Amino acid sequence: MDWVVFVVAAVAMLTGALGVVLATHPVHSALMLVLTLFGVAVLFVAQQAHFLAAVQIIVYAGAIVVLFLFVIMLLGVDRSENLSREPLPGQRTVALLAGVGVLAGIFLLARTAWVSGAHSVAGAASGEGSNIEKLARSLFTRYLLAFETTSVLLVIAVIGAVVLARHSPSGGVRGSGDEVTQ
Amino acid sequence: MSVPGAWYLGLAAIVFTIGAVGLLTRRNVLVMFMCVELMLNAVNLTFVTFARMLDDIGGQVVVFFVLVVAAAEVVVGLAIIVSIFRRRTSATADDISLLKG
Repeated sequence: MDWVVFVVAAVAMLTGALGVVLATHPVHSALMLVLTLFGVAVLFVAQQAHFLAAVQIIVYAGAIVVLFLFVIMLLGVDRSENLSREPLPGQRTVALLAGVGVLAGIFLLARTAWVSGAHSVAGAASGEGSNIEKLARSLFTRYLLAFETTSVLLVIAVIGAVVLARHSPSGGVRGSGDEVTQ
Repeated sequence: MSVPGAWYLGLAAIVFTIGAVGLLTRRNVLVMFMCVELMLNAVNLTFVTFARMLDDIGGQVVVFFVLVVAAAEVVVGLAIIVSIFRRRTSATADDISLLKG
């Protein structure tokens, strides 16, 4: 049963990942991304990370992909592009070689190096209590400072997005860096 | 019978590589951004797998923070893309060469 879930989720993830890269239409890429995100969420559930699976669906599939689709719609770039033309000669060959190199490097590292097995201070993932309880206990005690810092990060991101996206009174775009050329 | 963690790690490595190759080959900035999300998700899967294999909740805490940072990154990145698109109509990374020396 575990294997069936794993294989189905893995096929969905790989199909989605290849679809993101190979789709000619940006909207299709975004929808394929959703497929991959659902596969990841299923594998989270299969590994007892229930809270993260819920957050994965809500934040990634619910918010981030919708934001992508909004931007695609807003900018009107929802038309197919010709992928058969290679703008930079030899780029795809080099990129594929680099990808094979990265994959070989990861598997080589996994073969030669292994974790020490020493436990961190965060606490055990199994045992009594639900997953969300253990995650919250770790997050709000040991990682409280990091948790509070993420709130500052989110505020900075919101302010940055507003400053970047708003029109200045003179009609130009603030923060785009193009004022110099005008 | 539970699936060994090595299978999850191998799957995550493959998805990470697909994302990296897509980032290097695609010219559309939005699709490049989606490829970055693919790579982040592959790493998240690795963290959760290690959290299960080592029986350590710390891996899941890291994934939580990665999710927050990814959300912030997407917001700022898409704002930059929108402000670039106000100036020019093309969607390819080749045309954004104002800072080229």
